[in-house]
Amino acid sequence: MIKFEEAEQALEADMEGGGRQPLRKLWDSVRHPPKVIQRMLKNPVSLTGIVLVLMFVAIAILAPVLAPPERPEEPYRIPRDGYLAEPKPPSAEHRFGTTEGQYDIYYGVIWGARTAFRVGVLITIATIIIGLLVGTTAGYFGGWIDEGLMRVVEVFMGFPFLLAAITLAAVLGSSPRFDRITTGMIALITFGWTTYARLLRGDILSVKERDYVMAARTLGASHGRIMMKHVIPNSIFPTLVVASMDIGSYVLNFAALSFLGLGAEPGYADWGQLISFARNWMPSLADYWYILVYPGAAILLFVLGWNLIGDAFRDILDPKLARGRR
Amino acid sequence: MVAYIIRRLLILPIIIFGVTLLIFAMMSFLDPGQRASLYVPAIPRGAGQLDEIIEKYGLDDPIHIQYFRWLNGVLHGDLGFSKVGKASVLETIKRYIPASFELAMWSAIPLVWIGIQLGVISALNHNKLIDQVLRVFAIIGWSFPTFVFGLLMLMIFYAKLQWFPAGRLSDWASQVVLSPAFAQYTGMNTIDALLNLRLDIFWDAIRHLILPVITLSYVQWALILRVTRSSMLEVLRADYVTTARSKGLSEGVVIDKHAKPNALIPVATVSGLVMIWMMSGVVITETVFNIHGLGWWVASSASQLDVISVLGFSLFYAVLVVCGNLVVDVLYAYLDPRVRLE
Repeated sequence: MIKFEEAEQALEADMEGGGRQPLRKLWDSVRHPPKVIQRMLKNPVSLTGIVLVLMFVAIAILAPVLAPPERPEEPYRIPRDGYLAEPKPPSAEHRFGTTEGQYDIYYGVIWGARTAFRVGVLITIATIIIGLLVGTTAGYFGGWIDEGLMRVVEVFMGFPFLLAAITLAAVLGSSPRFDRITTGMIALITFGWTTYARLLRGDILSVKERDYVMAARTLGASHGRIMMKHVIPNSIFPTLVVASMDIGSYVLNFAALSFLGLGAEPGYADWGQLISFARNWMPSLADYWYILVYPGAAILLFVLGWNLIGDAFRDILDPKLARGRR
Repeated sequence: MVAYIIRRLLILPIIIFGVTLLIFAMMSFLDPGQRASLYVPAIPRGAGQLDEIIEKYGLDDPIHIQYFRWLNGVLHGDLGFSKVGKASVLETIKRYIPASFELAMWSAIPLVWIGIQLGVISALNHNKLIDQVLRVFAIIGWSFPTFVFGLLMLMIFYAKLQWFPAGRLSDWASQVVLSPAFAQYTGMNTIDALLNLRLDIFWDAIRHLILPVITLSYVQWALILRVTRSSMLEVLRADYVTTARSKGLSEGVVIDKHAKPNALIPVATVSGLVMIWMMSGVVITETVFNIHGLGWWVASSASQLDVISVLGFSLFYAVLVVCGNLVVDVLYAYLDPRVRLE
């Protein structure tokens, strides 16, 4: 007796000859990363991105060595050196200087890398999961479910992303239920998933009418099984890879919330929060450049690293553009 | 085409209804005392007075009753009271619109134009050096947080070199603008100055606008560039362009008459979206440059937890966006017949 799984696979292999080739190739190129990584290492642009991201990974891992915390139980509290209002320039004791209130900028930049990864990775995973659930449900079932879910997506898309996040962060912040970091993350997650839902729905729609999906359905495979075994690997994997590179843009938006006083609280090791100190010293910012330049460079390089990799991925995974390159 | 527009018009009220539900859902996170700002300008501090207000406006009623009462108010233009604006939310919005609109307008025109030009150059030199350079600049552009870029601009050109001032106008100029001799037609300083034939005021307003405009547009033109580039690349590979070339038409004619018009259709849509997203940039830019406009007001309200103002503005803007999207989509369908046929 042929096992269900074998029959399913044989059917999939039989029924999609030429039409599935590009998708299969894409999937293969992701399943065997060496090829993709080889291409990315050859390109100076994506290589720069990889180096930048690895640098921040190293900083985040080595944070306790690079900037040993004074109180190990609370490593994200930036140590203070007195309470003087005026920022102090870089010195032997404070490599990057201090902000007003004498928070050590070097310490904040180093430990801020950990905050950035934590915030960016958590938001990215959460938004992709929500987008995946909504997008696949809408695309796979179609009909009224699709109509309804897409209207919900449109409602959420009516709000420009940062403005929506500011609104929700202010709402949640007015009656504190969570700490401030969590509040900022919830705000970004709530309005961040919509693009993925839309893209994934489109991917699903293009795959679901293919013969091998029909065949699996005829064989009596359950909805969940068809999704996991046939639709997801064949359609939305490239989208997911590209989406995972959005870590940079979430870190950027979280920093903007912190800058406006809606993300991390003062004294927390977070880049946006450090820069918000610069707002009070605008007219003499030329003298207090270190409040802006060090944390600002950290954000820019972090986001740039992810975007450079994401851009290269997009090129490799987008068959339309790849064809043109020959 | 007509069927398409009718379908979209039928969906519009549903989306707007959804938007009000979402805003009200956020509002219901607040406790009744905070929601009192919906109905009274200042919450009294006396004992029992807050309870009276909660009683009077039914802020303890079941949630659906409160929703319809609130919706009724909203339909009559009643969005609550702003603490920062010291007036009703709608009046505050009206007061701050001109400054923000002026900033957005002066940013949008050059950014779309420059973005398209650079995108076309990039596509025509596909994978050559200039294309790679523009690509790197574009990626740096959208990796730059608006507030870091804006503060850098301020640090270099205002604090260090003192080339450009901060704020909206110099002191002498704002005295002139506020004087009775100066007619404020639009509230936008540059336009009003021209209408009053005061070139000195116009120049002063422009000088104040240069840094914010650069800040607001630098992050956005990158997007237009990339969309123009990929759309142009696609069109250049299309059969009708090959046909045009094989007819012996000059390359300039092929690009200007055959390729560009079709390549720019998606750019039109993205430009519409960029205008909408610009609001996020306006919030940051106005905060950095201390321009008292909508964005500055929203950011200050949010950080002072004047939540009713923020929600009121979000509702106002979301309705604007939803209607704007409709216009963009209809325009798209008009420009690109393929959309209509679907």
